[in-house]
Amino acid sequence: MAAVHGDAHGHEHDDHHPSGIMRWITTTNHKDIGTMYLWFSFAMFLTGGTLALGIRAELFQPGIQILQPELFNQFTTLHGLIMVFGAIMPAFVGFANWQVPLMIGAPDMAFARMNNWSFWLLIPAATLLVSSFFVPGGAAAGGWTFYPPLSTQGGLGVDLMIFAVHILGASSIMGSINIITTILNMRAPGMTLMKMPMFVWTWLITAYLLVLVMPVLAGTVTMLLTDRHFGTSFFNAAGGGDPVMFQHIFWFFGHPEVYIMILPSFGIVSEVIPTFSRKPLFGYSSMVYATASIAILSCVVWAHHMFTAGMPTVGQLFFMYATMLIAVPTGVKVFNWTATMWRGSMTFETPMLFAIGFIFLFVIGGFSGVICAIVPIDIQVQDTYYVIAHFHYVLVSGSLFALFAGAYYWIPKWTGRMYNETLGKTHFWLSMFFFNLTFFVQHFLGLAGMPRRIPDYNLQFADFNMISSIGAFGFGLTQLLFLYVMINCIRSGEKAPQKPWDGATTLEWTHLPTPAPYHSFEKPPVVQ
Amino acid sequence: MVNGNSKANVLMMKKLLVFTLIMFVFGYALVPFYEKFCEVTGINNLLKPDVLVKDNNWVDEERFVTVEFDANTRGLPWQFKPLQRSARIHPGEPITVMYEIANNSEREMIGQAIPSYSPRFLDKHLKKFECFCFTKQVLKPNEVRQMPVQFVIEPGLPTDIHTVTISYTFFELPDGASTIKK
Repeated sequence: MAAVHGDAHGHEHDDHHPSGIMRWITTTNHKDIGTMYLWFSFAMFLTGGTLALGIRAELFQPGIQILQPELFNQFTTLHGLIMVFGAIMPAFVGFANWQVPLMIGAPDMAFARMNNWSFWLLIPAATLLVSSFFVPGGAAAGGWTFYPPLSTQGGLGVDLMIFAVHILGASSIMGSINIITTILNMRAPGMTLMKMPMFVWTWLITAYLLVLVMPVLAGTVTMLLTDRHFGTSFFNAAGGGDPVMFQHIFWFFGHPEVYIMILPSFGIVSEVIPTFSRKPLFGYSSMVYATASIAILSCVVWAHHMFTAGMPTVGQLFFMYATMLIAVPTGVKVFNWTATMWRGSMTFETPMLFAIGFIFLFVIGGFSGVICAIVPIDIQVQDTYYVIAHFHYVLVSGSLFALFAGAYYWIPKWTGRMYNETLGKTHFWLSMFFFNLTFFVQHFLGLAGMPRRIPDYNLQFADFNMISSIGAFGFGLTQLLFLYVMINCIRSGEKAPQKPWDGATTLEWTHLPTPAPYHSFEKPPVVQ
Repeated sequence: MVNGNSKANVLMMKKLLVFTLIMFVFGYALVPFYEKFCEVTGINNLLKPDVLVKDNNWVDEERFVTVEFDANTRGLPWQFKPLQRSARIHPGEPITVMYEIANNSEREMIGQAIPSYSPRFLDKHLKKFECFCFTKQVLKPNEVRQMPVQFVIEPGLPTDIHTVTISYTFFELPDGASTIKK
């Protein structure tokens, strides 16, 4: 995204910057770092996607054709780890880097040097993860949740994964500290907390969740590491440890983590929907409170991942009701988005299509989540494709669709150029079609009892698996179209008008030229 | 950078770093908390003796339960076996069963047995008054030892259960390790 650079505004400062590759390595500019985060996460998205296509290729037909079971397990494990920690989370941090300073009228992130660090830590972490395929014994193969005893027994690949998680955690914590400080201390005069754009609010709450649970994950993997190499027995039953305790501590991190991956997408959708409905967001303050209550509730529902691990009935009931309670603030959000669109003068450019697709499919994922929360049903569908379908509906058509919406929405501001609207819409409709082709049938597979993380299956599951695999390859190839649309936009897109979306009201559209200059808001704007 | 590394920002960073550190320690604090929670609620109470309630010694002579005994070792060169493979008892009737361990190696070793039950909910109805699994076992080279386990299966055991299995696995403890208590 070189077009960001070289603006007349930025020239006097650019003289101090090294050029070429050193510019990117040493940069402390939030826009450069945001750009690098986004490219990195897209590269990891393609890597994780390739692993997913390996999985779907193996599952195209019953029997073992392409991947031996050991390698298949490594594929499912690394697909999960790379998508969660390498693709979705850094992508949202990339959006935060670009947009948070622009939307609150700050000149840059609070700690620019630390910002550079938190990005460059991602590279060794990703290298460790990907290279673990080539060490003796292969990559970690015990699932992305790395439950012991598999993770205490695995080979070198597990150690590489543990180090990668450590580094990624450090990067996330540094990023969150930066985001919290920027939002709390560096808002433009007049921008009170309750005037902040929704995207900034959701990121503030997400960053707090990150500093709350990321250190717990770091502790968990440290315990795993000392269990493996230094003779402790936190999770090792032989030494008096308890593998079920790992699940409790892991999900104490893991459940807030899933909201870390969805709250910023709520923020993006809450920016896109009002813009293209040409109405202010309906129920702004209820949106803020709903986000906060989702974050708080997310810390007390972790054991719904463990209903079959052994738990007293009273515990199951508590976690079941607490989980179902989350549907209330989430429902508030969905109704607010719908009410924002109600009687708005709507247009359906690509960002809006992705935002509406998000609402539509995320609600399906939300409902299957409520179904999974019901203990007697969960015991039936635990570890089946029903769960796979559920969390891909919230993570792919949830988080990822919102990321696409955000990318199409802000790319004119970032590059000063418009993307090709026809190709953008084609990308949306193909994604929508192939996504549902891939994952909708997995609900049926799960209800019929097909277990996850197994490379082979009973003949009765053959037809749905073939449909799902065809959908997966279609979905994967469609994302190359997204890459083309973006590169095409950056290189030769039409020049974007000053305000391409006439419904946009946030600071980056109203107070900055398009494209945003390399150094923006050196004099803070005054917000009425 | 107008207010890049201002005092307020650095103060905020310090606060957040302290919070991060607290949460890291909290992760570790979850371990004793978890163990205490299990102890207080009686979940996972495998390695503590149960107390015999004197006035509750009703024996259900109407039915029999077959108790099968299983013994395993893991990662240590010991021989470990029950002296009887199974027992047929009435629920409520106390029984003592002997197990034998032999250290076949040429060095002194420490081990401890961890129990496991089938069906899983047997632990609710099984009361153990004495068990070699409550303490670690130190065996000299080639030493052979016989050890008792004394228990009762309470009459509250569901009537559709006719056979249960009590299994012990010996694990090696490092030198100088203390007894595992849970």
